[in-house]
Amino acid sequence: MEILVCARRVPDTSENEIEMNSAGNDIERDDLVYSVNEPDNYAVEEALQMVERAGGNVTVVTVGGDDDEEILRREMAMGAKNGVLLSDGSFEGSDGRGIAAILAAYVKKNRYDLILTGVQAEDGAAQVGGMLAAMLDYPFASLVNSIEVLDGKLKISREIEGGNKEMSEIDLPCVLSIQTGINEPRYVGMRGIRQVASVPIPTLGAQDLGLNGGLNGGVGAAAAKVKRVDYFVPPAGKGAEMLEGSSEEIADKLIELLKAKGGLK
Amino acid sequence: MVDAIQSPAQAAFWFIQGRVLFWIIDILGTACFAYIVAKRMAPLMRAQRDIRFDRIWLRVGRLLQFWFGQWRHPRYLAAGIIHIFLFAGFIILVIHTVGLMAMGTSDGPVAEGGVYGAISDYAATVVFLCMMVAIMRRLLKPARYAVPERYGKAHTADAIFLLALIAALMAADSVFEASYAASAWQQHLHGGSLAFLSLPWMLQGALAAAPLAVLTNLYLGAYLVHELTFFFLLCYRPFGIQFHVETSLFTVFFAKLDRGTVKPVRWGVADDQLDQVKSFGVKTFEDFTWKHMLDFYSCADCGRCSDQCPANAVGRPLSPRFLSIKARDYVYQHYPVWGGAAGNGQPLIGGIYSEDEIWSCTTCGACEAECPLLIEYIDKIVDMRRGMVDDGKVPQSLQKPLKALESRGNPFGKMEKKKADWVKAKDFQATCNVQILNGEHDASTLYFVDSITSYDDRIQAIGRATARILDRSGENFGILGAVEKDSGHDVRRFGEETLFMALRDHNTEAIKASGVQRIVTSDPHAYNALKHDYKDMPPVEHISELMARKVQAGDIKLNALENTNDVYAYHDPCYLGRHNGVYDAPRDVLDAIPGLKRVEMQRSRDRSFCCGGGGLALFYEPKEDQRMGVKRVQMAAEAGANVIVTACPFCMVNMEDAIKVAGMEGKMTAIDLTELVEKQMR
Repeated sequence: MEILVCARRVPDTSENEIEMNSAGNDIERDDLVYSVNEPDNYAVEEALQMVERAGGNVTVVTVGGDDDEEILRREMAMGAKNGVLLSDGSFEGSDGRGIAAILAAYVKKNRYDLILTGVQAEDGAAQVGGMLAAMLDYPFASLVNSIEVLDGKLKISREIEGGNKEMSEIDLPCVLSIQTGINEPRYVGMRGIRQVASVPIPTLGAQDLGLNGGLNGGVGAAAAKVKRVDYFVPPAGKGAEMLEGSSEEIADKLIELLKAKGGLK
Repeated sequence: MVDAIQSPAQAAFWFIQGRVLFWIIDILGTACFAYIVAKRMAPLMRAQRDIRFDRIWLRVGRLLQFWFGQWRHPRYLAAGIIHIFLFAGFIILVIHTVGLMAMGTSDGPVAEGGVYGAISDYAATVVFLCMMVAIMRRLLKPARYAVPERYGKAHTADAIFLLALIAALMAADSVFEASYAASAWQQHLHGGSLAFLSLPWMLQGALAAAPLAVLTNLYLGAYLVHELTFFFLLCYRPFGIQFHVETSLFTVFFAKLDRGTVKPVRWGVADDQLDQVKSFGVKTFEDFTWKHMLDFYSCADCGRCSDQCPANAVGRPLSPRFLSIKARDYVYQHYPVWGGAAGNGQPLIGGIYSEDEIWSCTTCGACEAECPLLIEYIDKIVDMRRGMVDDGKVPQSLQKPLKALESRGNPFGKMEKKKADWVKAKDFQATCNVQILNGEHDASTLYFVDSITSYDDRIQAIGRATARILDRSGENFGILGAVEKDSGHDVRRFGEETLFMALRDHNTEAIKASGVQRIVTSDPHAYNALKHDYKDMPPVEHISELMARKVQAGDIKLNALENTNDVYAYHDPCYLGRHNGVYDAPRDVLDAIPGLKRVEMQRSRDRSFCCGGGGLALFYEPKEDQRMGVKRVQMAAEAGANVIVTACPFCMVNMEDAIKVAGMEGKMTAIDLTELVEKQMR
């Protein structure tokens, strides 16, 4: 099975203190460290495990610049056979639909049985997977938390409200957005990355993909129909509620609260 | 000289002359033993390299101390004394046994007589009695002999069989001696007296009136039984737990000499060549070094390691004893004596070991400090972790801190520019100015702070106490600030060698650039790393050593305690105590505080009980029944203490958590030695 995983490089929320810049229109981007968007990492792991069971290859693709190559290397160190960087000046400023269009153009030039995305980017809107499927006219399932390979189709489960699972069959080829927790991604250290340091990563631009940028392709800043206009830090809420009483009373109150909020049944 | 009885060599055994029979037995027995040993050595030939032929005289010295001197045996007094008697008996009987063997094939002297004869009579008696006690101990087992179900079956029957064989050997020897002596005595010949009250002497008494024909049959029968038992034992030991009789000499001789260190990924491969090594660490049995395989053969299954192991004590799925026993069972099965090696190259993890088992170790070293045979565990654990890291099998709880160490240089993912924020605490900065050695300042002493002391809100207090002690005692010191990365101590011990090397190289450069002449640290993990894992560093001291020195010299003067009702117990951090031998300096500092009452916990110094582990161990989520720290604070309470003094930031985190978990808030407090000294400093 040929699997494509769409990944993205994001500021690592566990290793940065995200602050607003002085103009208040973006986060402070100096001194940020980046990593693979966490759900994408789960998607790559899932793809690798499927290939280990059913054979085939995993390709990881990202849309971005030279800096984004590092996440491709990391996923290749995990075991992905190929990495592809889709990069072009005309791609900059694309909205979700633009990114989906770039990815769709790449997929149309290749043959993949299955396309995985993370459930959402940590700085994104969980929209690319669905749009990519629509553009390719592939079936789509979101929030997937288990995959079983059947003949020509997949049996998948999706997480629905309250932690329940919904089981579905979906025809191949298809696009799935992968929920975290579907597996336990393997560790990649510096040594692994160094071992794939010299593997070439092809960079494909607008011309290679047959995209001419501008309004036609829906790609790039000018074509973006969704534009970020501001960032703001929400005002602090009422604060924490302190439960009082003996340990048993506190436990009872906590259980009551959890039940009321749907955390327990 | 006239023999009292026809010698075994001259006697006829059924239709075969003794000399011929015993030549056959000797040759067959020796050949059989040689074949078995060769088969046992086969996996060692396929093992990884290990450099153990260096510093020969040091090794000889340790052989005399730990093997010949049985140095560690009395740590378990009853078992230790029995073993010392046994060992002494065996050593004494070596010459006797060779003499006996020679008797079967030549017409040499029959009895040694004299002083050696008496000593060997006693030796046989002592060994015989020790066997009886040892067999009893296998039946009325001390708790540590028990084999939990998950680790397999107890080898009790095998142990008793082997012990009984040795007892039989001694009995045969004694009957042989006694029948000869009885016969000599009856005939008024030389050789009629045996060592008073020895087993042969008693048997001689019993046989005093036996007819010569009976004595002759007993004499020759005992000889035959002795020879057969001897060779059977020799050839059977390599199948069971008693192989250490033969292998211990080598295990002790080749034992690790440098405590606190971790073995290189591959012996003889330089750091900059490691990229060419295809696979890191131990994944299959054949990835172990030959010395580590030898360790498996040598384990006597005595259970002392696991008795001391804190992971085992709190119900983690790890028992060092069974790391060895399972590996030995594996090698016996996969490298059988009869037939060729079969089915080797199987992964160890998921086979005989589980991932959790290997991650459960805190590398505290209690097992290694206890093993009478100096068997190594930490290097094996680290090597297996290296293998798991190489295969990507790292628990999720450790992946985030490792990634943060890679990108930010600390496991918390905190920003580098905030590394020195701990010196900016309001009250502190006004009274104690800590220089940052970034090229603008220089100092003779570097305070290497390390991650947890730099970033953890609670532990920063240890940093400030340390800085104030350095300042007030007249040290010209500074810190590296944002440039300092994690020492990588536990990165290495958790198997991430490549990341460790990157951290080490970065810090090495920064330390060299700072131009300092000495390094002080308040973190025993950093101390151990700088001392043993880094190369070409200026001298490194732990703050407790510096304080002890300054207290002695009068540069630090300490006020009397206000509250003299408190009772203090010092908890030895593993990487200060066991791995570096710093036991007295912190105690000396405590004892220099007037009015301080100090008690020792039962488990202290090299038997200290790990708090739960430092570095990445703080992030690992073990499967356990109880926290190590909880056990430890209970030990302090049992000793009658209400204040635990530590000298390690990780111990502090674990102790304070444990006090809360154990519900001992208000009854027990934990304080770092530096915090106490800062408080009492005049």
